Amino acid sequence: MADEVSVGGRSPESCDGVTLAAQYRGAPAAPAAPALAVRSLDVAYRVRGADQLALRNVSFEIARGETYGLVGESGSGKSTAALAIVRYLPRNGRVSAGSISVGGRDVLGMGQRGLRDLRARHISMVYQEPGRALNPSIRIGGQLTEAIKTSNSPRNEAELTAAAETMLARVRIPDPRRVMDRYPHELSGGMAQRVVIAMALSATPELLILDEPTTALDATVQAEVLDLLAPLRDELGMSVLFISHNLAVISQMCDRVGVLYAGELVEEGPAAELLRAPRHPYTVGLLRCVPRPGQRKDRDRLDAIPGFLPQPGDKAPGCVFAPRCGLAIDECRTAPPPLFEVGSGHVSRCYRHQVAQDLPLTQSPLASPVPMAEAEADADGDAGPVADEGPEGLLVSVEGVSKTFQARGGSVRALRDVSVSLRAGQTLGLVGESGSGKTTLARILLGLTAPDPGGRVTLDGAELAATLAKRPLATLRDVQIVFQNPDSALNRRATVRRLIGRPLAKLAGLSGPALATRLAELVSSVRLAQRHLPLKPGQLSGGLKQRVAIARAFAAGPRVVVCDEPTSALDVSVQAAILNLLGDLQAERRTSYVFISHDLEIVRYLADQIVVLYAGRVLESGPASAVFSAPHHPYTEALLSAMPRLPVAGEAAGDPADTRIQLAGEPPSLSDAISGCIFHTRCPRKLSSGICESTEPGLLEGEPGHLIRCHIPIGELRGLQLSPGGTTPRNSPGAGSA
Amino acid sequence: MTDTTVNPISGPPVGTAAVAPVQAPPARWLLLMRRPTFGIGVVILAFWIVCAIFGGSFAPHSPLAQDLLATNSAPSGAHWFGTDQLGRDVLSRVITGARDILYVAPLATLLGTVLGTALGLVMGYLGGAFDLIASRLVEAVLALPAVIIAFLFIVALGPSTLTLILVIGIIFTPLIARTVRAAVLAERDLDYLPAARLLGEGPAWIMAREILPNVLPAVLVEFTVRLGYAIFTVATLSFLGFGIQPPTPDWGADIYANYAVLPAGYWWDTLFPALAIASLVTAVNLVTDSVEQVANG
Ligand SMILES: Nc1ncnc2c1ncn2[C@@H]1O[C@H](COP(=O)(O)OP(=O)(O)O)[C@@H](O)[C@H]1O
Ligand code: SF4
Ligand code: SF4
Ligand SMILES: [Mg+2]
Repeated sequence: MADEVSVGGRSPESCDGVTLAAQYRGAPAAPAAPALAVRSLDVAYRVRGADQLALRNVSFEIARGETYGLVGESGSGKSTAALAIVRYLPRNGRVSAGSISVGGRDVLGMGQRGLRDLRARHISMVYQEPGRALNPSIRIGGQLTEAIKTSNSPRNEAELTAAAETMLARVRIPDPRRVMDRYPHELSGGMAQRVVIAMALSATPELLILDEPTTALDATVQAEVLDLLAPLRDELGMSVLFISHNLAVISQMCDRVGVLYAGELVEEGPAAELLRAPRHPYTVGLLRCVPRPGQRKDRDRLDAIPGFLPQPGDKAPGCVFAPRCGLAIDECRTAPPPLFEVGSGHVSRCYRHQVAQDLPLTQSPLASPVPMAEAEADADGDAGPVADEGPEGLLVSVEGVSKTFQARGGSVRALRDVSVSLRAGQTLGLVGESGSGKTTLARILLGLTAPDPGGRVTLDGAELAATLAKRPLATLRDVQIVFQNPDSALNRRATVRRLIGRPLAKLAGLSGPALATRLAELVSSVRLAQRHLPLKPGQLSGGLKQRVAIARAFAAGPRVVVCDEPTSALDVSVQAAILNLLGDLQAERRTSYVFISHDLEIVRYLADQIVVLYAGRVLESGPASAVFSAPHHPYTEALLSAMPRLPVAGEAAGDPADTRIQLAGEPPSLSDAISGCIFHTRCPRKLSSGICESTEPGLLEGEPGHLIRCHIPIGELRGLQLSPGGTTPRNSPGAGSA
Repeated sequence: MTDTTVNPISGPPVGTAAVAPVQAPPARWLLLMRRPTFGIGVVILAFWIVCAIFGGSFAPHSPLAQDLLATNSAPSGAHWFGTDQLGRDVLSRVITGARDILYVAPLATLLGTVLGTALGLVMGYLGGAFDLIASRLVEAVLALPAVIIAFLFIVALGPSTLTLILVIGIIFTPLIARTVRAAVLAERDLDYLPAARLLGEGPAWIMAREILPNVLPAVLVEFTVRLGYAIFTVATLSFLGFGIQPPTPDWGADIYANYAVLPAGYWWDTLFPALAIASLVTAVNLVTDSVEQVANG
């Protein structure tokens, strides 16, 4: 492969002389040409009359059959690179220097016809949002056959349909014929993304560009889509440019990785080596932002990267990362560092690459572990009533809550008989795929949605009214929320001062100087600055906006805060800072959290208790440590195995696909009545005796407080999950005992 | 279908790199100032406003002074726009005729905008049965020709400028309510509304302080669009004899009073008031277009 790369590096020039006509007839490029060669690429956007460089001197190559990952924060230039390669830059963007060649064809010199041919036959691109690539008013079948027609010579209808079906089968869509009759909005996100991938592959492109292809998907769906891509790539002999901000996903998918920072490629190398032993302080910092197994909120703080990406147009004389770099020395600020060769095929744009991993921590490790968590854990055992808590030491309890929505065409049972409880100062992690009822449960707790009659929500033992209108101000003060998307949760016409000041006036009853003092305290406790107060949300970055939302939630001293995916719209570096902030606020104020996330690593880091929801049903609940270690419910087991993992120093790199449990199909429709275990349609451990289909299992208690809803006895589950071959679907042993 | 919609690498490319902290876009009023059509509209509008307020003091003659010896005299040095059937100076009547239409039309539009915005906010935010019933009513009112509704009211209340304001305001209310309701529906799924409810804010606060500022651009556009219609409606009703009543100088009423003598060749009696109406409506539309484009862009 290395040979190919070096030879290929010269070939674009040799192709320059070839006439365009020859190129778009698909003249075979030199066989040694790399699938993609980007050379010294500069891309500038014209903003208010001035050019701003979004990519600066970026060079990389993708060999045939190779998967190359591009990582970086939002704004680092990942998408700009992808768009430049397919010549889809926005109108104000242009390539101001450098060259791009795809399979030896010079992309920048192409005319319209050449470009059309390039896009139809040689490169395909998949975006984060499958909705953008699908036309909402055309059936899937129509769109697929159209895509096949544009990239291949026209054939007759029957052949086209057959080809479309083959495509869908190739991306493992069950029952392709039915899917072809659907409209895009009738498909789930994962299904739609698979259709888009099928369309992208219809041209059997040489180069597939995936721009955050799984970011919008649930963990299990993400795992399925990723598992799908690797064999297809090998089968079709494609090269892949894989863009993601998720380092674990990159490590799972890619052969080589390039790290982009502020438009510069700062490090590049073989994926496993680069992620295990990064040699640029930025990469080191990024990796430290991600919670690792074993890290816990009460012991370890996440290490966020301080500061912001430089503004485009800010031109520092030295290293672009210097303002945020803990290792910067004088030399860094005077001359930009060149690329240093730090290993075979591993380069780093850093003067101090040798000591990069000694990057000082930005967060002092917690000097003394927060005592409350331990104290709480001890209190669990003796159950002694604590003064300000309910009789059982519970702060919030939800008992037997169900929710049925009346939708057209029937009723949707979003939650069925759900009971959860939460202690003061603790975090309850709510885990489950989208549609499992996490948000509905949170809204019921908040009083935004009224549950079906029968269930109870209590705070300190007192029952809460079902609707917000009937709840007293004191209850509103006690239960608050941080929403997923601050753009939606903050009124874009309000200033930060009003957004934070209003709850102080309304819920805390403050005014005048008292309000001003509390406002100032609050602003500093969420690490905002006074200068942010007159700004509106549109003038703040995503992380700052989320801090405003957190300040609003904490303004009146809440006792429970629901965090609904509060970091999923943020970059990892920002996410780390927000998680630290939430951890600090909890430690200071003993606030309890209901933390909803599909990122299990984050839940593991933050949660004390975990509830696993599936199609509105609690399948497993218990202390975080118990839920994360065997025995698990078969569904939890699948969720955990679907988690993309970062390579850990010193650990052999195994193929994760080998140990991953694949869940077939999708969660059951909530409008149908399901007999037996709600998970039986997808359960890899379903018992052959038929009991799973006929009888719904109860919640069995393993360790104290650890409940699993499964017919397989807990001891046996443990045996299955700990044994080496235990992850393969099988039936017999459990059947006998059930 | 064009191939861009089915091509897997289609779709509008995303914008430039988003970087923190984001800068504010240039102020909207600045963008307005840069548009030439906006400037032309404003100049014409300003001219008529000056006429409306000060017209009485600089009009060459009294608009009411009759000179029965010089009826229907053609434009001349003494009467630039000629005289009408009663020998009144047409130029003076055109200048002072701006007065009533220029307060009746904006006040009527304002009334319709205030009522329509309030109704639209309530319909959009509360939804449910109220919205259902109100929407049906709105549709029903919109199905009737506006002039018929106006006649009904004017016959019932008697013609006066107050009636005119009320009638036009009420006719505009459902139209504006429909637009505002649509804008509110787009806001209703956003999380800042449950966030406000969780702070204990009541519906009135949420509608007025949370939603209204976000739908204000739509309201502003609606106001300017309706203003053009209001001017036309006032002129039409006056022309039909249901609006501003003679002898008060008014363009619509003057066209009505004089168009009978048009076949006799006395074109100046009707042409100048008609041009006045046209220029005012055009000016308002020039301003409207600019406001709309800036508000939506
Ligand atoms: N207002 C509603 N009307 C009808 N169905 C709803 C409504 N809200 C949620 N649902 C349904 O309830 C189920 C659970 O949704 P949700 O609680 O949002 O899940 P999650 O938060 O896990 O993504 C989904 O099937 C969703 O379609
Ligand atoms: S060159 Fe200097 S400033 Fe840049 S990353 Fe290396 S140590 Fe930090
Ligand atoms: S009860 Fe049966 S179907 Fe349900 S989780 Fe257990 S083994 Fe699987
Ligand atoms: Mg949700």
